[in-house]
Amino acid sequence: MGIQFNDETFHKDYTYRNSPAGIKRFPFPFPEDDYMYSVNIEPHVPGREGSVFEHTFDVDEHYVSEMRDRARVLADDPLRCQSLPHMTLAGWDLLELIMESKARDYPDMFQLTKNGDRWHWVNKPLGIDDTFTFLDETTLPYGPMEYITRQAQGDFTLQDQRDDNLWIEAGMVTSQADWSLDFDIGMSFHEWHAPVPLAGGMGIFDRALKFLLKLQYGAPVRRFNWTMTVDPLLDTSPENYHKWGPSKATLTPDTVGRRQHLRVELQTLYRLPRSNAIVFPIRCYLISFQDLVTVPKWGRRLHRVLQTLPEELAEYKGFARNRQMLTDWLAQYDDGSPTSPGWWAD
Amino acid sequence: MKMTTTKFEPSITTRPVYGILEPQQGSAHLMIADGEGAGAILDLFARAGQQGIDLRPSTHLIYVTAANGTDLSDELSRLGVAKFYHGPTLAAAMSRITKALTDASMGLQIYLAGTESLIGVAQSEAMKAGFPHDGMQTEHRGSLARRVQCVHCKGITENVKTDPYVCSHCGLSLYVRDHYSRRIAAFQGVNIDAEDPGQVPDMVEKFT
Repeated sequence: MGIQFNDETFHKDYTYRNSPAGIKRFPFPFPEDDYMYSVNIEPHVPGREGSVFEHTFDVDEHYVSEMRDRARVLADDPLRCQSLPHMTLAGWDLLELIMESKARDYPDMFQLTKNGDRWHWVNKPLGIDDTFTFLDETTLPYGPMEYITRQAQGDFTLQDQRDDNLWIEAGMVTSQADWSLDFDIGMSFHEWHAPVPLAGGMGIFDRALKFLLKLQYGAPVRRFNWTMTVDPLLDTSPENYHKWGPSKATLTPDTVGRRQHLRVELQTLYRLPRSNAIVFPIRCYLISFQDLVTVPKWGRRLHRVLQTLPEELAEYKGFARNRQMLTDWLAQYDDGSPTSPGWWAD
Repeated sequence: MKMTTTKFEPSITTRPVYGILEPQQGSAHLMIADGEGAGAILDLFARAGQQGIDLRPSTHLIYVTAANGTDLSDELSRLGVAKFYHGPTLAAAMSRITKALTDASMGLQIYLAGTESLIGVAQSEAMKAGFPHDGMQTEHRGSLARRVQCVHCKGITENVKTDPYVCSHCGLSLYVRDHYSRRIAAFQGVNIDAEDPGQVPDMVEKFT
């Protein structure tokens, strides 16, 4: 197999690490030196070889450990995975999308053989070899969405489309930036975005919804989002906020480099063929500040982004209390020289 | 006692807003109210009378005493509706409400009046029975005490008047967001001293 999977943890002793190759391919999300909300949607087409855009669903060195972490979170709180009854067909659509994509993009690791409705799925990294009947739930150990998203990095939500709106009505959410699927399930597009500051007044959600209602099958799109996380914790859920919240208060100038992580979400959106639902995979990438500044352009730019960010956003993203400490730490890596456009390393 | 329709400050999209009950055309009318919500029901019948509509023969009115003790059942009983029920609490009335909703035929009009808890819980129950959430008439009267779900333990605390409050299930101190789930019929409560354990601001009576 082409990928050496890390044996690492995303909680307690936090042994999560990016290899030098992992740092190099990290999806740094800032194309410019300052940041403000934008819809910033582009077609999700295959990108540079070796980048996170190379394949439809990126599989990286963290895959096996991330799936282990998901199973751990689900065992603690099964409400992280929910699907309203009418969303099962969308779950099958998603299962098909992920299986076909992975089997096509990583044939050495994933294999899918179809014999009519009898499908044979092999996932070598996770040691799975299952035969089941497509569209027959009784032939899988979980519902189709849960089955396949236990084998795919990132969170997933499924949106039903009706009444000129999108309704979040199923999801697998174990690595979220502080929002609750259990609370938000059943909400409309503007409702589940209600807590986001500034963007609503800017018309961002109106435009995004209008765009998404017209999303076409076979023409997925992508965008970035980002936040900050102390320690490489995937499960920054509101459910467990009382457990992970204290970590923010224990960050010190000496530990910023090691403990503070930039958290990047590669968000993609696909129209699904049978259900007409939209799937929203939210893939989370974490990089420690000390690894990030090994790319000089990224260190300079992140410093400038954090300096100019509106306070409401720092508050919403949950790092207002440490903002000055982070900016001070990054200042030593910003010599004031210009940065080139775009996010690729120079 | 607040006998008038409540005015709400602008907030985020999920924070519910309410209207004023207007008589609707329909084969049957289900009205669910608590406490001061009786005033909205009385106004509704007055309005219907002015419009020459007699709702009484096709109305099922379910009324409960509010958590603050307000009980205007005597006034309502004099309306002379086809079916009138007066119960001590919403919880006690729930099985009746569920039955009325599941027995409903096409053309049923739903009117909800009173506290946010009453409106929210009845709306959520109606949604479970297949009614669209925006197909009901609602009017807020009375207490602004909130029904809040602890995002951590998922326990719902009724009649929350202060912010922060102490979760009646797990004991964490929670601040009360305006983020609201129609499905759960509750606002969201989030631990206020998660980042600085023990530093809980004074409770302020905000929802009265």
